[in-house]
Amino acid sequence: MENNEVLIEINDLHKEYTHKKILNGINLDIHKGEVVVILGPSGCGKSTLLRCLNGLETIQGGNIKFSGKNLTDKNVNWQEVRQKIGMVFQSYDLFPHMTVIENILLGPTKVQKRSKDEALKQAEELLDKVGLLDRKDSYPRELSGGQKQRIAIVRALCMNPEIMLFDEVTASLDPEMVREVLEVILGLAKQGMTMVIVTHEMNFAKSVADKIVFIDEGKICELAEPDEFFSNPKTERAKQFLNIFEY
Amino acid sequence: MQNLAIKVLFDGLNLQRLFGGLLVTAGIAFTSIIIGSLLGILFGIIRTSKSKFVRFISRLYLELFRIIPILVWLFIVYFGVTTALNLQLSGEVVSVVVFSLWGAAEMGDIVRGALESLPKHQIESGKALGLSFWGLYRYILIPQAIRRMLPGAINLATRMVKTTSLVVLIGVIDVIKIGQQIIELSRFKVPAASFWVYGFIFILYFIICYPLSRLSKKLEAKWQN
Repeated sequence: MENNEVLIEINDLHKEYTHKKILNGINLDIHKGEVVVILGPSGCGKSTLLRCLNGLETIQGGNIKFSGKNLTDKNVNWQEVRQKIGMVFQSYDLFPHMTVIENILLGPTKVQKRSKDEALKQAEELLDKVGLLDRKDSYPRELSGGQKQRIAIVRALCMNPEIMLFDEVTASLDPEMVREVLEVILGLAKQGMTMVIVTHEMNFAKSVADKIVFIDEGKICELAEPDEFFSNPKTERAKQFLNIFEY
Repeated sequence: MQNLAIKVLFDGLNLQRLFGGLLVTAGIAFTSIIIGSLLGILFGIIRTSKSKFVRFISRLYLELFRIIPILVWLFIVYFGVTTALNLQLSGEVVSVVVFSLWGAAEMGDIVRGALESLPKHQIESGKALGLSFWGLYRYILIPQAIRRMLPGAINLATRMVKTTSLVVLIGVIDVIKIGQQIIELSRFKVPAASFWVYGFIFILYFIICYPLSRLSKKLEAKWQN
């Protein structure tokens, strides 16, 4: 990494639902400007890990630090933290009763109290970058899955977050729409955005990641550079996992 | 002379008095609907609480209004509570209080149903944008819930308008009471007065309630897609 500042520091993170262990002692540092891709079989806890980072899940042990601030403190102000951590989900999660531009401006104007003109200018620039400026007055129902997901990314970006979390954002898209969404994410990586990405798109993971984190049964099994992970995985579990993707 | 019985409506101040009575009825109904709806939204949010205790208490409140007839509530408050607490409340005020509390209970249940029917990821994506608890309800959940709860809410509003006919029993001079007075006065002159007066009141209720159901149909169609 050209930049060594640690943005998120995860120490011995434990998460369980009524005695079922989901995360079992995760340790991970995420540096500024780094793209971390989390891989692993279904139910291994990778989405849960992502959701812990912005407080959508309560945790049972360990801690998470964001910019040096401990997120496990009782009095942590999540509304403030979440403005700096953008998140995009698997399900198209636009607000159906608002137009595209209203969806994007809600956070900047109502949460961050920025002026409407200034936020609008940024929103339009971002929309233009993802090729959807002409859809700004459409309602989500009038858009395709890929378009909705690109809008969801713009909505998160318009908050000027320090890090973006992507939770299987292409998993419910038709195959022909996957590329348009991945290209947006790839573009962000080139601009130096810090990102944590959970995905099942192996080729995409290979090309976008600075670091691959392979999780199984709530633990990090392997942490490696993408070339190394895909060509020469060290653990038996990772080898098995990668074999499934080769026909 | 039977065919001239309709004239009873236009005798003296009769028509004016009937409309005055209608204003009392509509005033009680719409004040209660507005207060009940606002309280009901709050009550509906409370009913989605995760706390078992809060859920129990709010459920109890709703059931008290469902189980006990509104007439009994009117009597309890008008005759019972006012004497027990030594309060001087007019029948109108008691009516508005009881109808608002009833409206809040029923509206709360409608709001709860609508809120719980919204997909969970709407809450999560709102939270992820940094919205506060109230921001989440104000911008994301309530506007979507309103669309879902509209048919039930309008149905409740028309039920409330109709049930205001009970207020006559705690001494409120509403449109029905005035109708009765007119019929009494013209009992010997116009024996058929009750047909025309009650017929006219029938139409008045229709005039209040019909636009409500039209409105709900219109909004539903508008929000359908």
